[in-house]
Amino acid sequence: MTQAAAMPHDDPDHPHALLPPEPALRVKALETILTRKGLIDPAALDEIIDTYQNKIGPQNGARVVAKAWIDPDFKAALLKDATLVVADLGYYGRQGEHMVVVENTPQQHNMVVCTLCSCYPWPLLGIPPGWYKSDAYRARAVREPRKVLAEFGVTLPSETSVRVWDSTAEIRYLILPMRPVGTDGMNEEELAALVTRDSMIGTGLPTVPA
Amino acid sequence: MTRVHDMGGRFGDGPVIPESENGPVFSEEWHGRALAVTVASDFLGQWNIDIKRHARECLLPKDYSRFSYYEKWIAGLTNLLIEKGVLTPDDLRGSGDSAKHPLAIRALKAEDVAAALSKGGPADRPTSIAAQFVAGQQVRTVRPAANRLVDGGHTRLPLYASGATGKVVRLHGTHVLPDSNAHGLGEAPEPLYAVVFAASELWPNPEHPGDEVVLDLWQSYLEPA
Repeated sequence: MTQAAAMPHDDPDHPHALLPPEPALRVKALETILTRKGLIDPAALDEIIDTYQNKIGPQNGARVVAKAWIDPDFKAALLKDATLVVADLGYYGRQGEHMVVVENTPQQHNMVVCTLCSCYPWPLLGIPPGWYKSDAYRARAVREPRKVLAEFGVTLPSETSVRVWDSTAEIRYLILPMRPVGTDGMNEEELAALVTRDSMIGTGLPTVPA
Repeated sequence: MTRVHDMGGRFGDGPVIPESENGPVFSEEWHGRALAVTVASDFLGQWNIDIKRHARECLLPKDYSRFSYYEKWIAGLTNLLIEKGVLTPDDLRGSGDSAKHPLAIRALKAEDVAAALSKGGPADRPTSIAAQFVAGQQVRTVRPAANRLVDGGHTRLPLYASGATGKVVRLHGTHVLPDSNAHGLGEAPEPLYAVVFAASELWPNPEHPGDEVVLDLWQSYLEPA
Protein backbone atom coordinates (compact mmCIF):
# COMPACT_ATOMS: atom_id res chain seq x y z
CA MET A 1 0.00 0.00 0.00
CA THR A 2 1.29 3.44 -0.91
CA GLN A 3 0.92 6.44 1.35
CA ALA A 4 -0.96 9.55 0.34
CA ALA A 5 0.68 11.46 3.17
CA ALA A 6 3.57 12.79 1.09
CA MET A 7 1.38 15.13 -0.93
CA PRO A 8 2.27 18.81 -0.50
CA HIS A 9 -1.25 19.69 0.65
CA ASP A 10 -0.75 17.27 3.55
CA ASP A 11 2.37 19.21 4.48
CA PRO A 12 2.05 21.88 7.17
CA ASP A 13 3.41 24.33 4.62
CA HIS A 14 0.30 24.51 2.43
CA PRO A 15 1.22 26.22 -0.83
CA HIS A 16 -2.12 28.05 -1.08
CA ALA A 17 -1.16 29.93 2.09
CA LEU A 18 1.50 31.74 0.01
CA LEU A 19 -1.27 33.67 -1.76
CA PRO A 20 -2.88 36.72 -0.12
CA PRO A 21 -5.46 35.67 2.49
CA GLU A 22 -8.33 37.85 1.30
CA PRO A 23 -10.38 35.72 -1.16
CA ALA A 24 -10.87 38.23 -3.98
CA LEU A 25 -7.16 39.10 -3.87
CA ARG A 26 -6.20 35.40 -3.86
CA VAL A 27 -8.12 34.77 -7.03
CA LYS A 28 -6.75 37.90 -8.64
CA ALA A 29 -3.18 36.93 -7.68
CA LEU A 30 -3.51 33.43 -9.09
CA GLU A 31 -5.15 34.68 -12.26
CA THR A 32 -2.33 37.20 -12.73
CA ILE A 33 0.41 34.61 -12.25
CA LEU A 34 -1.21 32.13 -14.65
CA THR A 35 -1.93 34.82 -17.24
CA ARG A 36 1.65 36.13 -17.16
CA LYS A 37 2.94 32.65 -18.00
CA GLY A 38 0.40 32.19 -20.78
CA LEU A 39 -1.37 29.35 -18.93
CA ILE A 40 -4.78 30.99 -18.97
CA ASP A 41 -6.36 33.59 -21.21
CA PRO A 42 -8.44 36.23 -19.38
CA ALA A 43 -10.74 36.45 -22.40
CA ALA A 44 -11.48 32.73 -22.02
CA LEU A 45 -12.36 33.35 -18.35
CA ASP A 46 -14.81 36.07 -19.42
CA GLU A 47 -16.36 33.61 -21.84
CA ILE A 48 -16.73 30.90 -19.17
CA ILE A 49 -18.37 33.37 -16.77
CA ASP A 50 -20.71 34.63 -19.49
CA THR A 51 -21.71 31.06 -20.35
CA TYR A 52 -22.81 30.18 -16.81
CA GLN A 53 -24.18 33.63 -15.99
CA ASN A 54 -26.23 34.17 -19.12
CA LYS A 55 -26.51 31.11 -21.34
CA ILE A 56 -26.85 27.98 -19.20
CA GLY A 57 -29.28 27.86 -16.29
CA PRO A 58 -32.49 26.37 -14.86
CA GLN A 59 -34.45 27.54 -17.92
CA ASN A 60 -32.91 24.56 -19.72
CA GLY A 61 -34.20 22.05 -17.19
CA ALA A 62 -37.58 23.82 -17.08
CA ARG A 63 -37.99 23.30 -20.81
CA VAL A 64 -37.28 19.57 -20.40
CA VAL A 65 -39.84 19.29 -17.57
CA ALA A 66 -42.52 21.20 -19.50
CA LYS A 67 -42.01 18.96 -22.53
CA ALA A 68 -42.34 15.87 -20.34
CA TRP A 69 -45.60 17.21 -18.88
CA ILE A 70 -47.05 17.71 -22.36
CA ASP A 71 -45.73 14.75 -24.31
CA PRO A 72 -46.06 11.23 -22.81
CA ASP A 73 -43.71 9.71 -25.40
CA PHE A 74 -41.04 12.31 -24.62
CA LYS A 75 -41.50 11.63 -20.91
CA ALA A 76 -41.17 7.87 -21.36
CA ALA A 77 -37.99 8.33 -23.40
CA LEU A 78 -36.62 10.83 -20.86
CA LEU A 79 -37.13 8.45 -17.94
CA LYS A 80 -35.51 5.64 -19.94
CA ASP A 81 -32.41 7.47 -21.26
CA ALA A 82 -32.22 11.09 -20.17
CA THR A 83 -28.69 11.67 -21.48
CA LEU A 84 -29.74 10.89 -25.03
CA VAL A 85 -33.03 12.79 -24.88
CA VAL A 86 -31.68 16.03 -23.39
CA ALA A 87 -28.65 15.93 -25.69
CA ASP A 88 -31.13 15.99 -28.58
CA LEU A 89 -32.38 19.31 -27.18
CA GLY A 90 -28.79 20.60 -27.11
CA TYR A 91 -28.21 20.05 -23.39
CA TYR A 92 -24.99 18.16 -22.95
CA GLY A 93 -21.54 18.93 -21.63
CA ARG A 94 -19.47 19.47 -18.55
CA GLN A 95 -21.16 18.03 -15.41
CA GLY A 96 -24.03 16.61 -17.45
CA GLU A 97 -22.41 13.73 -19.29
CA HIS A 98 -24.55 11.05 -17.61
CA MET A 99 -28.08 12.21 -16.85
CA VAL A 100 -30.83 10.38 -15.00
CA VAL A 101 -34.30 11.89 -14.54
CA VAL A 102 -36.49 10.63 -11.67
CA GLU A 103 -40.21 11.29 -11.40
CA ASN A 104 -42.12 12.53 -8.39
CA THR A 105 -45.43 10.79 -7.73
CA PRO A 106 -48.06 11.04 -4.99
CA GLN A 107 -46.32 8.02 -3.40
CA GLN A 108 -42.70 9.19 -3.74
CA HIS A 109 -40.96 12.55 -3.56
CA ASN A 110 -37.35 12.69 -4.77
CA MET A 111 -34.59 15.10 -3.86
CA VAL A 112 -30.93 15.43 -4.84
CA VAL A 113 -27.82 16.17 -2.79
CA CYS A 114 -24.07 15.67 -3.06
CA THR A 115 -22.86 14.97 0.47
CA LEU A 116 -19.19 14.64 -0.59
CA CYS A 117 -18.85 17.80 -2.72
CA SER A 118 -21.30 19.71 -4.91
CA CYS A 119 -22.19 17.54 -7.94
CA TYR A 120 -25.04 19.13 -9.91
CA PRO A 121 -26.37 18.89 -13.51
CA TRP A 122 -24.76 22.04 -14.96
CA PRO A 123 -26.11 21.84 -18.55
CA LEU A 124 -29.70 21.69 -17.24
CA LEU A 125 -29.56 23.81 -14.06
CA GLY A 126 -26.39 25.89 -14.34
CA ILE A 127 -24.20 26.59 -11.32
CA PRO A 128 -25.70 25.37 -8.01
CA PRO A 129 -27.10 27.91 -5.53
CA GLY A 130 -25.14 28.57 -2.34
CA TRP A 131 -27.41 26.50 -0.11
CA TYR A 132 -26.89 23.39 -2.26
CA LYS A 133 -23.14 23.63 -1.56
CA SER A 134 -23.56 24.46 2.14
CA ASP A 135 -22.43 22.16 4.92
CA ALA A 136 -25.95 22.25 6.39
CA TYR A 137 -27.60 20.90 3.22
CA ARG A 138 -24.87 18.34 2.53
CA ALA A 139 -24.96 17.07 6.11
CA ARG A 140 -28.70 17.04 6.69
CA ALA A 141 -30.46 16.22 3.39
CA VAL A 142 -29.76 12.49 3.73
CA ARG A 143 -30.63 12.20 7.44
CA GLU A 144 -33.59 14.55 7.84
CA PRO A 145 -34.91 15.47 4.40
CA ARG A 146 -38.35 16.41 5.75
CA LYS A 147 -36.93 18.97 8.17
CA VAL A 148 -34.86 20.40 5.33
CA LEU A 149 -37.95 20.51 3.09
CA ALA A 150 -39.83 22.36 5.83
CA GLU A 151 -37.09 25.02 5.75
CA PHE A 152 -38.00 25.46 2.07
CA GLY A 153 -41.68 25.69 3.01
CA VAL A 154 -42.53 22.22 1.70
CA THR A 155 -44.56 19.75 3.78
CA LEU A 156 -45.32 16.36 2.31
CA PRO A 157 -48.34 14.21 3.17
CA SER A 158 -47.52 11.21 5.36
CA GLU A 159 -48.43 8.80 2.53
CA THR A 160 -45.57 10.22 0.45
CA SER A 161 -42.16 8.66 1.06
CA VAL A 162 -38.95 10.58 0.39
CA ARG A 163 -36.12 9.19 -1.68
CA VAL A 164 -32.89 11.21 -1.46
CA TRP A 165 -30.33 10.73 -4.25
CA ASP A 166 -26.75 11.29 -3.05
CA SER A 167 -24.69 12.06 -6.19
CA THR A 168 -21.61 10.03 -5.32
CA ALA A 169 -20.53 9.28 -8.93
CA GLU A 170 -20.61 11.12 -12.29
CA ILE A 171 -24.35 10.47 -12.72
CA ARG A 172 -26.30 13.74 -12.49
CA TYR A 173 -29.92 13.69 -11.36
CA LEU A 174 -32.82 15.93 -12.35
CA ILE A 175 -36.19 15.66 -10.64
CA LEU A 176 -39.33 15.62 -12.77
CA PRO A 177 -41.86 17.31 -10.47
CA MET A 178 -45.59 16.58 -10.65
CA ARG A 179 -47.54 18.84 -12.98
CA PRO A 180 -49.61 21.29 -10.92
CA VAL A 181 -53.39 21.05 -11.12
CA GLY A 182 -55.17 23.75 -13.08
CA THR A 183 -52.61 23.80 -15.92
CA ASP A 184 -54.54 21.71 -18.47
CA GLY A 185 -54.73 24.26 -21.27
CA MET A 186 -51.20 25.60 -20.91
CA ASN A 187 -48.57 25.38 -23.62
CA GLU A 188 -44.92 24.43 -23.15
CA GLU A 189 -43.73 27.96 -22.58
CA GLU A 190 -46.40 28.72 -19.98
CA LEU A 191 -45.66 25.47 -18.18
CA ALA A 192 -41.89 26.04 -18.24
CA ALA A 193 -42.47 29.35 -16.40
CA LEU A 194 -43.97 27.37 -13.49
CA VAL A 195 -40.95 25.08 -13.13
CA THR A 196 -38.63 26.41 -10.43
CA ARG A 197 -34.98 25.50 -10.01
CA ASP A 198 -35.67 24.09 -6.56
CA SER A 199 -38.48 21.88 -7.91
CA MET A 200 -35.92 20.18 -10.16
CA ILE A 201 -33.56 19.61 -7.20
CA GLY A 202 -36.49 18.37 -5.14
CA THR A 203 -36.40 21.00 -2.38
CA GLY A 204 -39.33 22.87 -3.89
CA LEU A 205 -42.52 22.38 -5.88
CA PRO A 206 -43.55 24.02 -9.14
CA THR A 207 -45.42 27.31 -8.91
CA VAL A 208 -49.19 26.82 -8.84
CA PRO A 209 -50.88 29.19 -11.27
CA ALA A 210 -53.02 31.85 -9.59
CA MET B 1 -11.27 6.65 7.71
CA THR B 2 -12.37 9.39 5.37
CA ARG B 3 -11.80 13.15 5.45
CA VAL B 4 -13.47 16.38 6.46
CA HIS B 5 -15.58 16.61 3.29
CA ASP B 6 -17.49 13.43 4.18
CA MET B 7 -20.28 15.12 6.17
CA GLY B 8 -23.46 13.24 5.21
CA GLY B 9 -25.61 12.73 8.33
CA ARG B 10 -23.53 15.03 10.55
CA PHE B 11 -25.27 16.94 13.33
CA GLY B 12 -24.75 20.56 14.30
CA ASP B 13 -24.74 22.51 11.03
CA GLY B 14 -27.89 24.53 11.66
CA PRO B 15 -30.63 25.41 9.19
CA VAL B 16 -30.41 25.45 5.41
CA ILE B 17 -30.93 28.99 4.14
CA PRO B 18 -32.92 28.98 0.88
CA GLU B 19 -32.11 31.62 -1.73
CA SER B 20 -34.18 33.45 -4.31
CA GLU B 21 -34.61 31.71 -7.66
CA ASN B 22 -33.69 35.00 -9.31
CA GLY B 23 -30.55 35.81 -7.34
CA PRO B 24 -27.21 36.31 -9.09
CA VAL B 25 -25.38 33.19 -10.28
CA PHE B 26 -22.22 34.56 -8.64
CA SER B 27 -22.97 36.58 -5.53
CA GLU B 28 -19.48 38.12 -5.61
CA GLU B 29 -17.56 39.02 -8.74
CA TRP B 30 -14.57 36.94 -7.62
CA HIS B 31 -16.73 33.79 -7.40
CA GLY B 32 -17.11 33.81 -11.17
CA ARG B 33 -13.38 34.44 -11.62
CA ALA B 34 -12.58 31.56 -9.23
CA LEU B 35 -14.82 29.18 -11.15
CA ALA B 36 -13.43 30.30 -14.49
CA VAL B 37 -9.75 30.06 -13.43
CA THR B 38 -10.44 26.56 -12.13
CA VAL B 39 -12.28 25.41 -15.24
CA ALA B 40 -9.68 26.93 -17.59
CA SER B 41 -6.79 25.33 -15.66
CA ASP B 42 -8.29 21.89 -16.24
CA PHE B 43 -7.41 22.24 -19.91
CA LEU B 44 -3.69 22.26 -19.08
CA GLY B 45 -4.24 18.51 -18.82
CA GLN B 46 -2.27 17.94 -15.61
CA TRP B 47 -5.04 16.26 -13.59
CA ASN B 48 -8.45 14.64 -13.80
CA ILE B 49 -11.68 15.32 -11.90
CA ASP B 50 -10.87 12.76 -9.19
CA ILE B 51 -7.43 14.25 -8.52
CA LYS B 52 -9.07 17.68 -8.35
CA ARG B 53 -11.71 16.54 -5.85
CA HIS B 54 -9.06 14.87 -3.73
CA ALA B 55 -7.00 18.07 -3.66
CA ARG B 56 -9.96 19.92 -2.09
CA GLU B 57 -10.57 17.10 0.36
CA CYS B 58 -6.93 17.25 1.45
CA LEU B 59 -7.21 20.82 2.69
CA LEU B 60 -6.65 21.00 6.42
CA PRO B 61 -9.97 20.28 8.14
CA LYS B 62 -9.85 23.68 9.82
CA ASP B 63 -9.33 25.36 6.42
CA TYR B 64 -12.02 23.26 4.73
CA SER B 65 -14.50 24.28 7.43
CA ARG B 66 -13.74 28.00 7.49
CA PHE B 67 -13.30 28.52 3.74
CA SER B 68 -16.27 29.54 1.64
CA TYR B 69 -17.04 27.38 -1.37
CA TYR B 70 -14.87 29.10 -3.98
CA GLU B 71 -12.05 29.62 -1.48
CA LYS B 72 -11.85 25.83 -1.31
CA TRP B 73 -11.67 25.69 -5.08
CA ILE B 74 -8.83 28.22 -5.26
CA ALA B 75 -6.87 26.62 -2.41
CA GLY B 76 -7.27 23.17 -3.98
CA LEU B 77 -6.25 24.47 -7.40
CA THR B 78 -3.22 26.31 -6.02
CA ASN B 79 -2.02 23.22 -4.18
CA LEU B 80 -2.45 21.15 -7.34
CA LEU B 81 -0.54 23.63 -9.50
CA ILE B 82 2.40 23.27 -7.10
CA GLU B 83 2.06 19.53 -6.63
CA LYS B 84 2.06 18.94 -10.40
CA GLY B 85 5.00 21.30 -10.89
CA VAL B 86 3.07 23.76 -13.06
CA LEU B 87 3.94 26.60 -10.67
CA THR B 88 6.63 26.98 -8.02
CA PRO B 89 6.29 28.43 -4.52
CA ASP B 90 8.31 31.41 -5.79
CA ASP B 91 5.64 32.01 -8.43
CA LEU B 92 3.04 32.23 -5.66
CA ARG B 93 5.28 34.57 -3.66
CA GLY B 94 5.42 36.83 -6.71
CA SER B 95 9.12 36.27 -7.28
CA GLY B 96 8.91 33.69 -10.07
CA ASP B 97 9.81 34.34 -13.68
CA SER B 98 7.36 35.64 -16.27
CA ALA B 99 8.63 33.60 -19.21
CA LYS B 100 6.07 31.78 -21.29
CA HIS B 101 5.32 28.41 -19.70
CA PRO B 102 5.92 25.20 -21.72
CA LEU B 103 2.24 24.30 -21.08
CA ALA B 104 1.04 27.64 -22.47
CA ILE B 105 0.42 25.90 -25.77
CA ARG B 106 -2.51 24.10 -24.09
CA ALA B 107 -4.15 27.21 -22.63
CA LEU B 108 -7.88 27.37 -23.36
CA LYS B 109 -8.65 30.14 -25.85
CA ALA B 110 -11.80 32.27 -25.71
CA GLU B 111 -12.99 31.03 -29.09
CA ASP B 112 -12.72 27.40 -27.92
CA VAL B 113 -14.66 27.79 -24.65
CA ALA B 114 -18.14 26.96 -25.98
CA ALA B 115 -16.95 23.81 -27.71
CA ALA B 116 -14.82 22.74 -24.75
CA LEU B 117 -17.65 23.12 -22.22
CA SER B 118 -20.21 21.35 -24.38
CA LYS B 119 -17.81 18.50 -25.12
CA GLY B 120 -17.75 17.48 -21.44
CA GLY B 121 -15.78 14.53 -20.15
CA PRO B 122 -17.77 11.32 -19.93
CA ALA B 123 -16.68 8.85 -17.22
CA ASP B 124 -17.99 5.62 -18.75
CA ARG B 125 -15.38 3.23 -20.14
CA PRO B 126 -15.44 -0.32 -21.44
CA THR B 127 -14.13 -2.99 -19.08
CA SER B 128 -13.73 -6.73 -18.98
CA ILE B 129 -15.12 -6.80 -15.42
CA ALA B 130 -18.57 -8.41 -15.58
CA ALA B 131 -21.47 -6.98 -13.60
CA GLN B 132 -21.80 -9.11 -10.47
CA PHE B 133 -25.21 -7.77 -9.38
CA VAL B 134 -28.61 -7.24 -10.97
CA ALA B 135 -31.45 -4.83 -10.21
CA GLY B 136 -33.43 -5.99 -7.20
CA GLN B 137 -30.50 -7.84 -5.63
CA GLN B 138 -29.52 -7.27 -1.98
CA VAL B 139 -26.00 -5.95 -1.48
CA ARG B 140 -23.92 -4.72 1.45
CA THR B 141 -21.40 -1.90 1.31
CA VAL B 142 -17.89 -2.59 2.52
CA ARG B 143 -16.83 -1.38 5.94
CA PRO B 144 -15.03 0.82 6.79
CA ALA B 145 -15.48 3.49 4.12
CA ALA B 146 -11.91 3.86 2.91
CA ASN B 147 -9.72 3.78 -0.17
CA ARG B 148 -8.30 0.25 -0.36
CA LEU B 149 -5.49 1.13 -2.79
CA VAL B 150 -4.00 4.20 -1.08
CA ASP B 151 -4.09 4.81 2.66
CA GLY B 152 -5.97 8.05 3.27
CA GLY B 153 -6.81 8.19 -0.42
CA HIS B 154 -9.89 9.36 -2.27
CA THR B 155 -13.08 7.31 -2.18
CA ARG B 156 -16.72 7.99 -3.00
CA LEU B 157 -18.26 5.69 -0.40
CA PRO B 158 -19.49 8.03 2.35
CA LEU B 159 -18.98 7.00 5.96
CA TYR B 160 -22.72 7.09 6.70
CA ALA B 161 -23.42 4.38 4.11
CA SER B 162 -20.61 1.92 4.94
CA GLY B 163 -21.53 -1.54 6.18
CA ALA B 164 -25.16 -0.98 5.14
CA THR B 165 -27.48 -3.38 3.34
CA GLY B 166 -29.48 -2.10 0.39
CA LYS B 167 -30.94 -3.13 -2.93
CA VAL B 168 -29.64 -2.50 -6.44
CA VAL B 169 -31.93 -0.09 -8.32
CA ARG B 170 -30.08 -0.02 -11.62
CA LEU B 171 -26.77 -0.63 -13.33
CA HIS B 172 -25.42 2.66 -14.73
CA GLY B 173 -22.82 0.98 -16.95
CA THR B 174 -19.11 0.79 -16.28
CA HIS B 175 -17.34 3.89 -14.98
CA VAL B 176 -13.86 5.11 -14.03
CA LEU B 177 -13.06 4.17 -10.41
CA PRO B 178 -12.21 7.36 -8.47
CA ASP B 179 -10.23 5.44 -5.81
CA SER B 180 -7.70 4.53 -8.51
CA ASN B 181 -7.98 7.50 -10.88
CA ALA B 182 -7.43 10.08 -8.12
CA HIS B 183 -3.96 8.67 -7.49
CA GLY B 184 -2.62 8.17 -11.01
CA LEU B 185 -3.18 4.42 -10.74
CA GLY B 186 -5.24 4.18 -13.91
CA GLU B 187 -8.94 4.54 -14.65
CA ALA B 188 -9.73 0.95 -13.57
CA PRO B 189 -13.35 1.09 -14.82
CA GLU B 190 -15.88 -1.19 -13.20
CA PRO B 191 -19.68 -1.58 -12.97
CA LEU B 192 -21.46 1.29 -11.23
CA TYR B 193 -24.86 0.84 -9.58
CA ALA B 194 -27.56 2.96 -7.98
CA VAL B 195 -28.27 1.26 -4.64
CA VAL B 196 -31.24 2.14 -2.42
CA PHE B 197 -31.09 1.97 1.39
CA ALA B 198 -33.98 2.27 3.81
CA ALA B 199 -33.45 5.34 6.00
CA SER B 200 -33.83 2.98 8.98
CA GLU B 201 -30.72 1.09 7.79
CA LEU B 202 -28.66 4.29 7.98
CA TRP B 203 -30.07 6.28 10.91
CA PRO B 204 -31.28 5.27 14.37
CA ASN B 205 -34.26 7.64 14.21
CA PRO B 206 -35.45 8.02 10.61
CA GLU B 207 -38.10 10.67 10.00
CA HIS B 208 -40.52 8.32 8.23
CA PRO B 209 -40.65 4.51 7.83
CA GLY B 210 -40.91 4.76 4.03
CA ASP B 211 -37.97 7.10 3.43
CA GLU B 212 -34.90 5.98 1.49
CA VAL B 213 -31.48 7.15 0.33
CA VAL B 214 -29.94 6.16 -3.01
CA LEU B 215 -26.18 6.24 -3.64
CA ASP B 216 -24.17 5.52 -6.78
CA LEU B 217 -21.66 2.83 -5.81
CA TRP B 218 -18.93 0.99 -7.68
CA GLN B 219 -18.90 -2.80 -7.70
CA SER B 220 -15.80 -2.98 -5.48
CA TYR B 221 -17.70 -1.02 -2.79
CA LEU B 222 -20.27 -3.84 -2.63
CA GLU B 223 -20.57 -7.45 -1.59
CA PRO B 224 -23.52 -9.85 -1.84
CA ALA B 225 -25.84 -9.71 1.16
